[in-house]
Amino acid sequence: MATPLVVSEVFKSFTMHLRDGIKLPVVNDVSFSVASGECVVLGGPSGIGKSSILKMLYGNYAVDAGQILVSHKDRLVDIASADPRTIIDVRRHTLGYVSQFLRTVPRVAALDVVAEPLVARGIQAPEAKEKASDLLARLNLPRELWSLPPATFSGGEQQRVNIARGFITSHSILLLDEPTASLDAVNRRVVVDMIAEKKREGVALLGIFHDEEVREAVADRILDVTRFSPRKAAA
Amino acid sequence: MTDLATYNFAYLDEQTKRMIRRAILKAIAIPGYQVPFASREMPMPYGWGTGGVQVTASIIGPEDVLKVIDQGADDTTNAVSIRAFFQKVANVAVTTHTKDATIIQTRHRIPEQKLTEGQVLVYQVPIPEPLRFLEPRETETRKMHALEEYGLMHVKLYEDIAHNGRISKTYAYPVKVAGRYVMDPSPTPKFDNPKMHMSEALQLFGAGREKRIYAVPPYTEVVSLDFEDYPFEIQKFEQPCALCGAQGVYLDEVVLDDKGGRMFVCSDTDHCEDRREHGHAGELLAQNKEAAE
Amino acid sequence: MTDTPLLKVSGVSKFYGSRIGCKDVSFELWPGEVLAIVGESGSGKTTLLNCLSTRLMPTTGSVEYRMRDGNFRDLYHMSEAERRFLMRTDWGFVHQNPADGLRMTVSAGANVGERLMAVGDRHYGNIRATANDWLTRVEIGTDRIDDQPRAFSGGMRQRLQIARNLVTSPRLVFMDEPTGGLDVSVQARLLDLVRGLVNDLGLSAIVVTHDLAVARLLSHRMMVMKDGHVIEHGLTDRVLDDPREPYTQLLVSSILQV
Ligand SMILES: Nc1ncnc2c1ncn2[C@@H]1O[C@H](COP(=O)(O)OP(=O)(O)OP(=O)(O)O)[C@@H](O)[C@H]1O
Ligand SMILES: [Mg+2]
Ligand SMILES: [Zn+2]
Repeated sequence: MATPLVVSEVFKSFTMHLRDGIKLPVVNDVSFSVASGECVVLGGPSGIGKSSILKMLYGNYAVDAGQILVSHKDRLVDIASADPRTIIDVRRHTLGYVSQFLRTVPRVAALDVVAEPLVARGIQAPEAKEKASDLLARLNLPRELWSLPPATFSGGEQQRVNIARGFITSHSILLLDEPTASLDAVNRRVVVDMIAEKKREGVALLGIFHDEEVREAVADRILDVTRFSPRKAAA
Repeated sequence: MTDLATYNFAYLDEQTKRMIRRAILKAIAIPGYQVPFASREMPMPYGWGTGGVQVTASIIGPEDVLKVIDQGADDTTNAVSIRAFFQKVANVAVTTHTKDATIIQTRHRIPEQKLTEGQVLVYQVPIPEPLRFLEPRETETRKMHALEEYGLMHVKLYEDIAHNGRISKTYAYPVKVAGRYVMDPSPTPKFDNPKMHMSEALQLFGAGREKRIYAVPPYTEVVSLDFEDYPFEIQKFEQPCALCGAQGVYLDEVVLDDKGGRMFVCSDTDHCEDRREHGHAGELLAQNKEAAE
Repeated sequence: MTDTPLLKVSGVSKFYGSRIGCKDVSFELWPGEVLAIVGESGSGKTTLLNCLSTRLMPTTGSVEYRMRDGNFRDLYHMSEAERRFLMRTDWGFVHQNPADGLRMTVSAGANVGERLMAVGDRHYGNIRATANDWLTRVEIGTDRIDDQPRAFSGGMRQRLQIARNLVTSPRLVFMDEPTGGLDVSVQARLLDLVRGLVNDLGLSAIVVTHDLAVARLLSHRMMVMKDGHVIEHGLTDRVLDDPREPYTQLLVSSILQV
């Protein structure tokens, strides 16, 4: 089975220059991989570094040391050292990310927010919007909201827009940071189904799920981030 | 003591004439380009054609025959005094007949009679810079000429159409000379623009206050700026000249009485007289003749 | 991904006497990429922008631009005529103060049409149709086409300036604090508009701003400047979410949330 995501010996710390330059180690020596069709769930207590790992994989956080290898267009890209342009291209075509909160853009309608990743890949707007409509309908977002900018939506509504946006593309790797946190039971199940579909399509998924039921339903494997905690290492 | 004894020939000293001739030669070499020159004080105020007078003074010789017109007429104060000036300081022959003149100094008109090889038309120019209206900075307009950046000229014409439904500019209508420099043809009516094109005569332009000389050599392309869908057009007059019956010439409106009576007559007085001498008669003349009989 | 950058900047420095305007700046800009230059006032942002756009000659360094024919040209070795032609065809420059980028005494339509006329468009009807189209795109009513920008609000003027710049389909647009003097609500609308146009037209842009929210919304990449030096450079969300340099951390922490 193909392994589109390989993380090896990644270290991450934050240096807080505004607070006397104290160094805050987050994770040490992170190594793991995710295979196609697999859903790996990051586990461990709050503040242990789960989100930070996802953000590093996405290129959103810098990496102190180590490699994050992603199969991108028939080659391997090391996110840890790639230039911004390459990371943007990887995000556009290979690596999807559903954050915990939607970062809204003023005046852009929910439907267009969802369709945008497809448009960015060169798909015609009508086709992209049709696919966006399918997803929003499936996630039970009231139709009258589709044409409104999501800034005023409830947390759960925004999250569904965010999920639809993350799932609309056929990216081969998908990072999920608590996508179901603010959803009701019905919509949680929709997301579980959608994740199962992605797995069948051969997508490599890496996620954080606090909800036990969801985690049980989607996880092939749970990776306890405590293993990479510098505090543990020091102990 | 003769008048001539107190002046150098044609008033200007040889030194100055040489300087102006150099400017003229440069202007001829670069058609439409405004050549700076050290304009001299003349015994007449600015606005009276000091630029044209300096050009004429620099090119005129004892054999020349001078004609001076103002708005087409030989008999206005301005034309008369300039003519008198050159008679006094150069003792040259003068004429009102376009075809007899070797040098024609003009303010605001080109004669109707086609100019021929060997003739020189000297224009009096108040503001030589066609771009000034839109770009007051001299450094910038010079750069625009140098780099042939003339989009602004069309901006001006665009505004005219946008606000008036047509290009309403009727005089000082900008032209492109020899496919290169955009030039202000001085405040002549746009009616005269086509006469500048491929003219057999040499055309010289002098701006005294602004210290610029420019030229259109004989047989040079002079194209009026326009838009494809708003092509350049000259003024058309409904009726012929009331005095000589001429058509296709530039007419002036003349108010006859305080009861709204008016007539249209040739602005080129020499042309009108010449036609009448050759037996042409306009409506008014015909009426007068009938009344007399 | 195209394989050739649009702009190659190497070692650009500008000194004002012994004072540093900007020092040793190098980067490449790729087609479709938006680069934000951020930093506090006096950090050299505008100096750098003016050097890149050839409005200012740097003391040292070179900037190469890929012309439409595919060949790179060193901007500082071009003739002034070529540079000015580039500026009014293949480039745009959006000034902070719209009055610096507009002709305030000619109509909105002529402001948009000027570049077309400058490159030889001689059909009034077409020029006007294009101007109307662009006014619509920047959300100015076509009934305002014959009004002078003097009669426009700040936001409208700025949108008109953008239309005036984009009408010739430039490939590279420089913007100096494009939302500078505008009210917050007006800013949001403008940003959104610019963002949409940049995406739709596949423009490359270099945007100078001190507003990190503008950088976040518009740019792919950002450079942080301090005392004329580029002190941090990277993917916009990386620089904003995981700033490395003390000064960048200070900048990011001094705003509420971007
Ligand atoms: N941008 C940042 N700057 C400084 N410190 C940060 C930053 N992001 C995260 N941290 C710190 O890194 C550590 C790990 O945070 P992270 O968000 O990765 O935890 P988590 O495992 O996702 O927690 P939770 O389960 O609560 O979401 C925390 O101590 C956090 O405060
Ligand atoms: Mg987290
Ligand atoms: Zn007559």
